[in-house]
Amino acid sequence: MRNRKRTGWRRYINGINISAFFVVLFVGLPLYWLIASSFKTPANLGNSPPQYFPNPISLGNYTDAFKNNDFGQYFINSLIVTLIATALVLVLGTMAGYALGRLPMKGKFTLMVTLLIISVFPAIAVIAPLYLLLRNLGWLNTYQGLIIPYTAFNLPFAIWILRNYMLGIPKEMEETGRIDGAGPFRTLWTIILPMALPGIFTAGIFCFTACWTEFLMALTFMSANNRRTIPVGIAEFGTVFTVPYGTIFAASVVAVVPIGILVFIFRKFVISGLTSGAVKG
Amino acid sequence: MEKINKVYENGFHAVHDMSLDIADGEFMVLVGPSGCGKTTALRMVAGLEDITSGILRIGGKEVNDETPKERDIAMVFQNYALYPHMTVAQNIGFALKLRKLPKPELDAKVKEAADILGLTDWLDRKPGQLSGGQRQRVAMGRAIVRQPSVFLMDEPLSNLDAKLRVQMRAEVARIQRHLAVSTIYVTHDQVEAMTMGDRVTVMREGVLQQVDTPQHLYDHPDNIFVAAFIGSPAMNLYDAVVGENVRSVKLGSQEIDLPEAVVLKRPALRGYAGKDVVVGLRPEHLPAESDGATGPKLVGEVDLVEALGSELVVHFTIDANRVLAEGAVDKDEAAAVKKGEGVARVAAKTPVKPGDRLTFAVSIEDMQFFDTQTGLAIRG
Repeated sequence: MRNRKRTGWRRYINGINISAFFVVLFVGLPLYWLIASSFKTPANLGNSPPQYFPNPISLGNYTDAFKNNDFGQYFINSLIVTLIATALVLVLGTMAGYALGRLPMKGKFTLMVTLLIISVFPAIAVIAPLYLLLRNLGWLNTYQGLIIPYTAFNLPFAIWILRNYMLGIPKEMEETGRIDGAGPFRTLWTIILPMALPGIFTAGIFCFTACWTEFLMALTFMSANNRRTIPVGIAEFGTVFTVPYGTIFAASVVAVVPIGILVFIFRKFVISGLTSGAVKG
Repeated sequence: MEKINKVYENGFHAVHDMSLDIADGEFMVLVGPSGCGKTTALRMVAGLEDITSGILRIGGKEVNDETPKERDIAMVFQNYALYPHMTVAQNIGFALKLRKLPKPELDAKVKEAADILGLTDWLDRKPGQLSGGQRQRVAMGRAIVRQPSVFLMDEPLSNLDAKLRVQMRAEVARIQRHLAVSTIYVTHDQVEAMTMGDRVTVMREGVLQQVDTPQHLYDHPDNIFVAAFIGSPAMNLYDAVVGENVRSVKLGSQEIDLPEAVVLKRPALRGYAGKDVVVGLRPEHLPAESDGATGPKLVGEVDLVEALGSELVVHFTIDANRVLAEGAVDKDEAAAVKKGEGVARVAAKTPVKPGDRLTFAVSIEDMQFFDTQTGLAIRG
């Protein structure tokens, strides 16, 4: 009787809808507050009682972020570092995950456990030696100075996700590919990769979000203003005497957009039924 | 196949000295209980497993070291292994595409294969949108479009429900006859083996037991295992003692006369005078005795009557020891079989109910004799 049809007011007001409403409220309200505040004038920001809807709607905070601060540059920096690091993680992670999940190898277990240990290593513990290393390489204030550490720190987790995903793909898929006459790279590219897409996107989302919001390394390794990424850039807004909340809100809204877009694409790709039909079940 | 052996790295000897010759266009079924090495044998032919020793020839050419691609084979897997992100047409045409066949030719071949299988209306669908039977057809289509020299099928029907399985069984056999391509078909279902194969190979624990036409296999099993494995309900196998003068055989307390003709057909039986043997009787060779009939008889206590409409399946007990061929029946089933239980198929109108004592006429010419020690059939 779980799927009985609800009638009358019970169709709208029932346990599931009420719980959903509160969850949405809990998640959505801060986000609404962020967006609404970013359109308020600096004077209206601190009003008491607070303005629930910005009036007048002002774009001043946005122009301030892009014109008076170098937010545009920070955004580009973040995009470059995050996209390249994520791409590297996915390429390496997919190949490593495939190898660890599928190919006959010795010492797989030890390798996987080592990866797990690395992936839970706190960044703060290695930040000082890493700083010295990058300084000796002359990589401070360069993109690769963030891309390589980001790749290294996110790779273990991605390998775990992808390896587990690869394990779930029936091995007959590869065997049938071999019989059809496909070589190993062809098999990986045309057969395994399309089937592993949901796993790759999941790993990609995690990696992108982690790089996009990373603060500690970005702060330490990028001291020059024209190399700052978004999290560090926003933190450095303002002066000792003022905190420009409006500008910070506006910058944060812009920073959220790529993740929003990504999740939207992600939603489209992660159709749980993508692998259904390959085998019975 | 000549003396093919497979020994896994962990020392497990999966296939022992298997030699098999499959004629051009022949439908060969490999059958046996789970873990008997039939799938391993098939995978060695496919080139998915290395051959430890022995020679594999396809079309007279040794192919031991060739890749699956070079062997010119096509395989249908138990779980179909369709590419989920490709349409039916792309799935069927994938192997041809890899061979760089020109597009118009490829399309024509895919269409032809789809016509044979009745998939023409589904070519643009993805596997996820198809029913089990249609997916099975796509898997077949992928194999037939290549016009290989050998088809390999690994339990292709076992994922279908019972009704569809019967339907597809006939269809696969029909397509194979139509294309006349040598086929090796692996199954654990002895009904599939009997109905589909030109010849049937029975395997057990990596050892080939018997290769023969289905009917000959059924009528003249080489050993106890084959006797017990082929046929449903299974053959009744009992411990028995041959009389001193080889004129009778004793099952428990009952003595059955052996006519001269039976012994003449099996001269080796004379060597078993006074010795233990195993006798086998198919359920249909135990009809209920009609009044006044002469000839050998067997009396049993009826435990259970299953009415199938066309006939009755009567489960009975006699006081002889029931022999179970190890591996032919699974362990649960073996435990359920009581001492001395047997099965007979009798005419539907026979008045019989549980608890009765029923007299069966023994079709003595069809009785099988096996050596107790070796399990081999006693014949010539």
